[in-house]
Amino acid sequence: MSTNENKEQFRQPDHEHDHFLLTTVVGSYPKPKWLNRAKDLYEDEDSDFDADNWQEAKDDAARLITAEHERAGLDVVVDGEMRRNEMVEFFAHRIEGYEFNGPVKVWGHNYFDKPSVVSEVEYDESWLVDEYEFTADASDRPVKVPITGPYTLANWSFNEAYEDDDALTVELADLVNEEIEKLVDAGARYIQIDEPALATTPDDHAIVGEALEHIVADIPEEVRIGLHVCYGDYSRIYPEILEFPVDEFDLELANGDYDQLDVFKDPEFSKDLALGVCDAHVAEVESVEQIEANIKKGLEVVPPEQLVISPDCGVKLLPRDVAYGKMANMVQAARNVEANLDAGEIDVERGVPTPADD
Amino acid sequence: MMTEYVSTTPGLYPLPDWAKDDLSDLKGHQKHDLISGDEDVAITATYEEAREDVIDVQQDTGLDRIVEGQLRWDDMLAHPLAVADAVETHGIVRYYDNNNFYREPVVTDDLEPTGDIASELEAAAELAQGDDLQAVLPGPYSLYDLATDEHYGDDGDFLAAIAAFLEGEVDAFPAHETLFLLEPSLVETPPADGEDARASEAIDRVASATDADVIVQPYWGALEEKVYAHLLDADIDAVGFDFVANQDDNLYNIQEYGTTDNVALGLADGQNTLVEDPEAIRDRTEWVDGQLGVTEFETVYLTTNTGTFYLPYGKYVAKLEALAEAADLAEVTAA
Repeated sequence: MSTNENKEQFRQPDHEHDHFLLTTVVGSYPKPKWLNRAKDLYEDEDSDFDADNWQEAKDDAARLITAEHERAGLDVVVDGEMRRNEMVEFFAHRIEGYEFNGPVKVWGHNYFDKPSVVSEVEYDESWLVDEYEFTADASDRPVKVPITGPYTLANWSFNEAYEDDDALTVELADLVNEEIEKLVDAGARYIQIDEPALATTPDDHAIVGEALEHIVADIPEEVRIGLHVCYGDYSRIYPEILEFPVDEFDLELANGDYDQLDVFKDPEFSKDLALGVCDAHVAEVESVEQIEANIKKGLEVVPPEQLVISPDCGVKLLPRDVAYGKMANMVQAARNVEANLDAGEIDVERGVPTPADD
Repeated sequence: MMTEYVSTTPGLYPLPDWAKDDLSDLKGHQKHDLISGDEDVAITATYEEAREDVIDVQQDTGLDRIVEGQLRWDDMLAHPLAVADAVETHGIVRYYDNNNFYREPVVTDDLEPTGDIASELEAAAELAQGDDLQAVLPGPYSLYDLATDEHYGDDGDFLAAIAAFLEGEVDAFPAHETLFLLEPSLVETPPADGEDARASEAIDRVASATDADVIVQPYWGALEEKVYAHLLDADIDAVGFDFVANQDDNLYNIQEYGTTDNVALGLADGQNTLVEDPEAIRDRTEWVDGQLGVTEFETVYLTTNTGTFYLPYGKYVAKLEALAEAADLAEVTAA
C-alpha cells in the first residue's frame, strides 16, 4: 500500500474538494490556566483536591482541546497532550528502568527533570492507550498519537546502564513498538514518532533508521507512521532519511522562512511531506493568505497527493487564542488551496532539477 | 619523591534546587533575564547563599581545592564576556554538542577586564577560610571560539584581545593556589595550522598573569597531536586529560609527546549520574600511572572531566565525595 492510500482513510465524509490536503497538528497545545491551577492544588498537601479530582481535570482538558481542534476544522485531531508534562519525563515515568534525581539546566533558569536509565528498560504499564481511547471516544474525527521516539528518549536521559546510547535506543525502540501494537489494537491508525534530538546530532541518522525498523516491525501498512524532526540543519540528514520506514516526515520550515526548502528538492522527496506552515514560536497569527503562500512552498517539493498541512512544531508555548487562530487559519488556507487545485488554478509542475552530467 | 594526589573540580556547578526555584522567580526565564553583571540586591543575596552551600559541600567532602562554583555563569564558559561592556549578548545558541544553550556574545568594541570574576573569588576566599582556593576561567581559545567578533576584524587579533582580557581578569584575582583554564574548544573545534601556535601563546599569556599553578583542561575527547604538542609549549604546570571521553588517544599523546610534571586526570564523568566508586577512580589512577612507566608526577589532580552543572544537585555532591575519597585512597596506596 502506498503512503497516499493510507492517508485517504482520514478524509472526512463531507470533505468538499477533490483534492485533500490533510490538516493536523504536531501534538502539544497550550494548557488551560485552570488545569495548571488544578495541578498546583493536587500537588498541595494541604488541599483536599485528590487523585480523582486531578484525573477529572485532565479528562476535561483533553475533551476541551480535542473539541477546540475539531472546531478549528482539523481533519486529524490530538488532545493537545493535556496529560503529559514533558516529552521525555512522561514516558520515563512509565518505563521500568528509569529513575529521577532532580532538575538539570538546559539554559538560563530553564530546567528539566532529566531521568537516568539505571537498569534494563522494560515495558510495564501502557503509556498512551488510555489517552488514545479517551480522545477517540471524545471525537468523531480520526485521532493522531504522538510518541517521543527512542533516540530522543535515550539521548535526553543519563545512561547508567547500557554500553552506549545506541544500545539503549534500540532497546527503547522495541518498547515503542510494543506500545504502538497496543495502540493499533485499540484502533489507532495514525502514529507520529517525535525525534527532536535527531536534528541536534544529525550524524546519528543511521541509528534512528535502525530504531525505526524496530518500531514498525509487524505494524500493518494501513497504520500511518510519521516522523517529526525540528530545529536543525536538514541538509545533514537529507536524503538519508528517505530510507526510513515511515510514511511521512513532519518538518519545521516556517520558522526559517523556508530557507531550507531547497534541501528537499533534490533528490526527489519520495515520502509524504507534513509541512510546517505556521511558526510555533511567534505569538502572532499568520493570515490565511500568508499560510496559503506557505502551503504552495510545499507544492514546490511534492505534488498535492503527498502534502500534509501542519504547524512547525507543538504550539504549547503560545497563548491559547493565538494557537487556536493559527489552527483555524491553517485549515481555511488548506481548503482554499484545495479549491484552487480543483479549479486547476495552481501550477503544480515542480521545478525539475537540471540533471547532473554523469 | 612522592606523588601528591589532589582532589579538585573544574567548577561550573549546578545551583542548589532551592536556588533554582528562587532565582527562576527573581530573574525570569527569558534571555534578557540572564546575568549581565548588574543584578539587584535580592538576586545577589541569593547567589551569595548558594555560594555558601557549594563551598560547604566542598569542605564537608574534603576536596583539596575549593572553587567558587561559578553559579552565576548562566552562559557557562561564555560568562566572562557576557558581563563585559564591549559585548552584546544576542540569541540563544547551542553549547557545543550538548542539549545546553548560551547567549551568543558579540564583541563590538575594545575589550576591557571587568573584575566580575575577581569579586566572586574574593567572596569565595572569605568563605574558604584558609583552605586552598582554585580559580576557574575559560581558556582563551575556548572563549574566542564561543564568541563572535564584530570589532577586531582579524582572527589573530581577536584571540590576542581575548587573551589580554583574561589576563586582566586574572591580574585582579585575590591569592589562589591553582587556576584551571577550561579548553573544550581545543578538542571540539581544533585550531588549524598556525592557529594552534597562537592558541598556545594565548594560553601562555593568561597563565603568566598568575603565580599559582595553572592547569589547562581540554575535554570531550583528546587533543589532536599537533594541538597537544603546541599546548606543551605554553608555560603551564599541568595538562588535564578527559579519560572519560577518550582513553586511548589521551594515553597515546602522553606516551608520544610526554607531558607536564603535573597532570590532571578527568576520571569521574561530570555529565552522567552514575557515580564512580572511589576505589575504581583510585585504580584507574594507578592504571594510568602504570601505562606511563617511568614518569613520576609531582602532583596528580583527580577531577571530573567537565563541569557538573548538568547533573542533578544530589549527584553532583556524590561525585565530589567520590573524588575526595579517591584522592585519599591514592595517597595511602602511594605511601
